[in-house]
Amino acid sequence: MQTSTSIQPSRDPAAQYVLRLADTCLILGQRLGEWCGHAPVLEEDIALTNTALDLIGQARALLTHVGQMDGQAHDEDQLAFLREERDYLNVTMVELPRGDFAFTVLRNAMVATFLKLAWQRLAGSLDTELAAIAGKAVKEARYHQQHAGDWVVRLGDGTPESRQRLDAALGQLWRYTPELFEDDAVDAHAAASGLGPRWSELQGPWRADMTLLLDEAGLALPTDSAFRSTGKRGLHSEHMGHILTEMQYLQRAYPGGVW
Amino acid sequence: MTTQNEWPLWEVFVRTKAGLDHKHCGSLHAADPKMAIQLARDVYTRRQEGSSLWVVRSDQIVASDPGDKDMYFDPMEDKVYRHPTFYALPESVNHM
Amino acid sequence: MYTQAMDTMDQEPGTRKKAVRSAEEMLLEQRFEARIDEGDFIEAKDWMPEHYRKTLVRQISQHAHSEIVGMLPEGNWISRAPTLKRKAILLAKVQDEGGHGLYLYAAAETLGTSRDQLLDALHTGKAKYSSIFNYPTLTWADMGTIGWLVDGAAIMNQVPICRCSYAPYARAMIRICREESFHQRQGYEALLTMMQQGTDAQRAMVQETVNRWWWPSIMMFGPPDDQSPNSAQSMRWGIKRISNDELRQKFIDATVDQAKVLGVTLPDPELKWNEERQHYDYGPIDWSEFWRVVGGDGPCNHERLGARVKAWEDGAWVREAALAHASKHAAAQQAA
Repeated sequence: MQTSTSIQPSRDPAAQYVLRLADTCLILGQRLGEWCGHAPVLEEDIALTNTALDLIGQARALLTHVGQMDGQAHDEDQLAFLREERDYLNVTMVELPRGDFAFTVLRNAMVATFLKLAWQRLAGSLDTELAAIAGKAVKEARYHQQHAGDWVVRLGDGTPESRQRLDAALGQLWRYTPELFEDDAVDAHAAASGLGPRWSELQGPWRADMTLLLDEAGLALPTDSAFRSTGKRGLHSEHMGHILTEMQYLQRAYPGGVW
Repeated sequence: MTTQNEWPLWEVFVRTKAGLDHKHCGSLHAADPKMAIQLARDVYTRRQEGSSLWVVRSDQIVASDPGDKDMYFDPMEDKVYRHPTFYALPESVNHM
Repeated sequence: MYTQAMDTMDQEPGTRKKAVRSAEEMLLEQRFEARIDEGDFIEAKDWMPEHYRKTLVRQISQHAHSEIVGMLPEGNWISRAPTLKRKAILLAKVQDEGGHGLYLYAAAETLGTSRDQLLDALHTGKAKYSSIFNYPTLTWADMGTIGWLVDGAAIMNQVPICRCSYAPYARAMIRICREESFHQRQGYEALLTMMQQGTDAQRAMVQETVNRWWWPSIMMFGPPDDQSPNSAQSMRWGIKRISNDELRQKFIDATVDQAKVLGVTLPDPELKWNEERQHYDYGPIDWSEFWRVVGGDGPCNHERLGARVKAWEDGAWVREAALAHASKHAAAQQAA
C-alpha cells in the first residue's frame, strides 16, 4: 500500500532537465486553472482552460517519462503530488499568483514563446521519447503563443487602462525572465549528451520574438536588473508553498488513496 | 442583435473533413476577426471536429425572407425530375 | 446541462395574452399552432407569438446561466484534484459547461436579445439559474456525485428538449447532449473507483457526499405536476415534452440500481420497489427547502452570484480594450 510520504526524485541531471520543463508546465497549468469561471468573458474562460489543459497534458507526459528515466519507477502522480518543495524545478515566474488578465496573458506569451523554442529544439533530442513529446507540444505552444500574443497587442494598443495594466505586468514579470536563460551543470549535461539545448541558447530567439511582440503592443523592453529568481534549482518564492498545500492536500490527507 | 459596447456576434462554420462542406454550428462573441477564429477553434473543435473554420460577422449574413418561402422554394416541389429517384430503372442498371 | 423545470422560474411580467388582436395576427397564430401540431421546426426569423418568444428567451437563457454558474462549484476543486488525470477531466468538464452556456446564449440571441442583456438579467437577479448550484462542494467526492446525480438529472431533463419546436434551441441541445454523457460517466466512474479500490476513508467520503446531494438532485425536476401551472403551455409548444413527476420517477428508478452497483445507500428509508406500479416509491421531498433555495436563501446563492458579478465587473476593462483595439484597426483598414 502506498503511503503519502514524500518521494525523493533522482539527482540525475537528465531527469532534472526534464523536470524543469515538466514542473514549469504543471505549475503554470495549475495557475491557469484558477481562472475557471472568473474570466472577463465566457469565450476566454474556455480559451484559458484550454491552455491549462494542454499544459497539464504536457506535464503528464514529461513526468511519466521522468518516472521511467531515473529508474525509480515513480508514476506521474507520485511525482506531481508527493515531492518536497525543494524538489520542484519550475521557474519561479510560473508560480506567481495569476494577477489580472494582463499579467496572465503576458506571462502566457512569455512562457509559450520560451516553450515553443524549447520544443522546436527538443524535437531533435537523442531521447526519442522526449523528442516525441516535443513534437506534439510544439503545436500547442505555437497556438498558445498566438492566442496570448494577440491579447498582449490588444491590451497594449487598447485603452489607457489596459496599456497601464500591461505595463505594470511587464514591470513585474521581466525580472523573472533572466532565470530562464541561465545555464548550470544540468544544461551542460543536456547539451553534451544530446538530450537538449542549454536554455541560454534560447535567449536570442526569445528576445527577438518578445521584442517584436512588445513593439506591436507599444511597449519597450524593460532594462535588466540584478534580481535573479531560482525556482529552477528548487529555491522558490513564498508562493510555491501555498500552491503545493492546495495541490497536494488530498494525496497527503488520504494516504494510499486510489482515485 | 448586440448593443453598442458588446463584442460583435459571429457565426461559425466548421468543415470536419476535407471533401465535406462547411456547416454552421453556432455563434460566439469576439472583438475582432483573429479572436473570432481562435475562439471558434477553442469552442467548436474541442473534439477533433474540424479541419477548417469560417467565421462571419452575423450582421453580414444575408438571409432569405421566410415570408418569401413560398415564392422561393415551392416551385422546386413540382420539378421532381431534378431528383435521381424520379427515374425508375431496371435493377441491373440501377446503380447509376 | 443544468436545466430546471420551467415552472419554477417566475413568469415574465406582462405576458398575459392581449385581449384584442388583429385578424391578421390571429391568422398567423393559427398557422403557427398548426405548424407546431405538425411537428414542424420554428427557425429564428419565422413569425412566432410574443409569448412563445419570451418563454423561450427565459428558458434558454436560464439554462445558459445554469451552465455558467455551474462552473463555479466544480471549479472550486480544480486546484485540489487528487491526480493529474482527474484534474484534466475536471478542467475538460468545466470547459464543456462554459461551451454549453455559450451555445445556449447564442441560441437565445437568435430571438432578438443580446448576451449583455441576458447577463444583466442574471447579475441583477431578474433571471434565475438551476438552484442545485446554490449548494457547496465540500469534498472531492462531490465532483463524482455532481457527475452522477446532477448531470444524470440534467440529461434526463435535456434529452426531450432535443426535439423542441424551436430549432436553434434543439440544435444546441443536440450538441450539448452529445458532450454530456462523458460528464455523467466520469463522475460515476470516479465514485466507483473510490468505492471498489479506495480506502475506508474514501468510501466514507463517497457515502457522505451521496447523503448530501441526493435530495437536492431529485428536486432538480421541479415541483410536483399539480403545482406546476406553466407546464401546460410549454408542453403545447413542444418546449417541454415530459412532466416533472414523470422525469423524476424515471431518474429515481435508474439511479437506485446505479447506487446498488456503487455500494452506497441512498438517504431515503422509504425507497422501495412497488411491484404494482413497476416503479420505486420514495419518501416525501422537503419542498420548503426547495423554495427557500430557489428564492435566494440557499447555502451559496450570494457567493455564486457574487462571483459572476465580480468576474464581469473585473473584466470590463478587458472587454473595452478589445473593442477599442478592434475599432482602431478597423478604422485603419478602411483608411488604407
